[in-house]
Amino acid sequence: MWAFIHKLGSPKWFYGISARLSPWFWAAAALLIVVGSVWGLAFAPADYQQGNSFRIIYVHVPAAFLAQSIFVSMAIAGFVFMVWKIKVADMAAAMMAPLGAAMTFVALFSGAVWGVPTWGTWWMWDARLTSMLILLFLYFGVIALRGAFASRDSASRAASVLAMVGVINIPIIKYSVDWWYTLHQPATFSVTSRPAMPLEMWAPLLIMVLGFYCFFIAVTLMRTRSEILRRESNKRWVRELAGEVN
Amino acid sequence: MSNSDPHLAREADAVRLFREPEGGAGVAIRATLKRDLVLLMRRRSEVLNPLVFFALVITLFPIGISPDPELLATIAPGLLWVAALLAALLSLDSLFRSDYEDGSLEQLLLSPQPLPALALAKVAVHWLLTGLPLALMAPILGIMLALPAGSYAVLALSLALGSASLSLIGAIGAALTVGLSRGGVLLSLLVLPLYIPVLIFGAGAVQAAIFGEGVAAHLAILGALLAVALILAPWAIAASLRISING
Amino acid sequence: MSLRLQARKLACERDDRWLFRDLDLELHAGEIVRVEGPNGSGKTTLLKILSGQLADFDGELYWNEHPMRRTRQDFLANLLYLGHAPGVKAALTPLENLAWYQALAGEPDDEPARFAALSAVGLVGFEDLPAGQLSAGQQRRVALARLELIPRPLWVLDEPFTAIDRDGVADLEARLAAHARRGGCVLVTTHHELADTPALRRIRLGQGARDVEL
Repeated sequence: MWAFIHKLGSPKWFYGISARLSPWFWAAAALLIVVGSVWGLAFAPADYQQGNSFRIIYVHVPAAFLAQSIFVSMAIAGFVFMVWKIKVADMAAAMMAPLGAAMTFVALFSGAVWGVPTWGTWWMWDARLTSMLILLFLYFGVIALRGAFASRDSASRAASVLAMVGVINIPIIKYSVDWWYTLHQPATFSVTSRPAMPLEMWAPLLIMVLGFYCFFIAVTLMRTRSEILRRESNKRWVRELAGEVN
Repeated sequence: MSNSDPHLAREADAVRLFREPEGGAGVAIRATLKRDLVLLMRRRSEVLNPLVFFALVITLFPIGISPDPELLATIAPGLLWVAALLAALLSLDSLFRSDYEDGSLEQLLLSPQPLPALALAKVAVHWLLTGLPLALMAPILGIMLALPAGSYAVLALSLALGSASLSLIGAIGAALTVGLSRGGVLLSLLVLPLYIPVLIFGAGAVQAAIFGEGVAAHLAILGALLAVALILAPWAIAASLRISING
Repeated sequence: MSLRLQARKLACERDDRWLFRDLDLELHAGEIVRVEGPNGSGKTTLLKILSGQLADFDGELYWNEHPMRRTRQDFLANLLYLGHAPGVKAALTPLENLAWYQALAGEPDDEPARFAALSAVGLVGFEDLPAGQLSAGQQRRVALARLELIPRPLWVLDEPFTAIDRDGVADLEARLAAHARRGGCVLVTTHHELADTPALRRIRLGQGARDVEL
């Protein structure tokens, strides 16, 4: 176990193994997203209340899932970095943050677009959307904090602490916002807490969610690989790779 | 074992001259509390500024929105809570800043005492001289916003409870940004999203009091949030201070 | 009372260059070790690493034969560190400043000892003035009073002679020598030339400006 963790911690080893893994994730992501979109957009039945506009769920929900999962992954990576000093974990965390923020933005934007046919307005202080907005600010905080330090090690450790503090707060924020929302707008129709969907609707949704996760893993592997090269550009194995040293 | 051996004599000498620390963490915590209280009492403007800011922001709202008492009364709980929260935030940046600049912070980190406990002492002083005065002042500003009767005690109580959580959470942000030359705006960006649960239940308590509903649940949740913050925040503050001292 | 601080294969990288690499060193009781090197050669960084403040380095530290990670509390209980900044609060008097340090170090509250420490560094008559009204050299002396006040064997001093007048420099040098004689250990950086004694040892940094290569 220990040997494995330390092996995983070696940037060179990670660089090699991720090169072998990432094509599979890219392929899986492409396949799942294509199948899920075609099924969801063209073949799944229209919603009895919302008609075809509900189909935005096939983007909104996977993006929202991913937005939260990426924050949790970032905090776990931060924890691994702080406890075992595994630098690859920190590189991965650094690469996840912008992707997570982007996914949060996609979830917010698709929620706003969805709001036009549903609520007749671009923005409602819906519980789900409000939590997403706060999550976006949390991402901004982590990204900004990492950028603010001159020393990379301090930046990494500060961002790790903040990600861990944030991940403890996410459920608290989520529940308090839900509570606040039911207090103020008890009767409003909420877009995502809905009665059970028929199989033809949620099967493509499940496929899309899986596709988005594969996409996340593939992008993180790819970006971590380039980050490894950047941070380790002075190390011998990278220079050998670049053909500078024989 | 004769004293004529110079080496042994020196060892014995050393034992006499160098003592290990005797006093426990309690002594250090009490001294830190006292020191920070004295420091803040000697720079009263730092204590008064958040209070003046609080009053000023509350003055802006009737001017910016409307002097209509009915309208003000409906938004007063939220306004008072948001303004108090911003005032508390304003004072956070100085929590560790002067200690960082004059080198006391590295000494604090190198003391053989538990750092989370010492950090907690500093936060306690911050709350005592920022959060508590804000809570006591809020009812006066409540009168100016035509806050309905019956909610004044709850306003003060919810602010007193909630601002303790705000100080604890805010201190994490202050500790993370103390080493940065322009940490102020970043501090708000880090801390404000984390303040939202406290704001929701704090303002909710005042609103519940206005509607004549029970406030016990709100206050209990504020208390629970404070308990969680008390348990976890000191560790996060300590870790953050260690990072900041690295530069 | 044993006193032995070891560093093995110490290496520290800043901005893609090594400040120092493969640095092995040992500090024993009775020594004054002066870290030398030009500006930017990593003297302060080395002192911060050896006093347990920095975590961002390669290599291992041992305190009395045990890895520092496990003996940190015991190590801190034996350490007295004086950094670049004196750590003196301008709004507090020298006595109040020392009272906090005394409590922080776990020493019993002892006002006569604080007076004695201040008089040892030549601050008689300034005990009750706010430290902000004292000169830079006097503030530095308040910090140095901690050497008198808090009995710790390992002193780590970063430029302790800064802003001190000639008499003060001589006093401090004598104090360092006396500390080593009675079994203490001093690790110091300074631009001031220390008189050669058998206790004095030098560590030279500064050939570190090489590119990082592994």
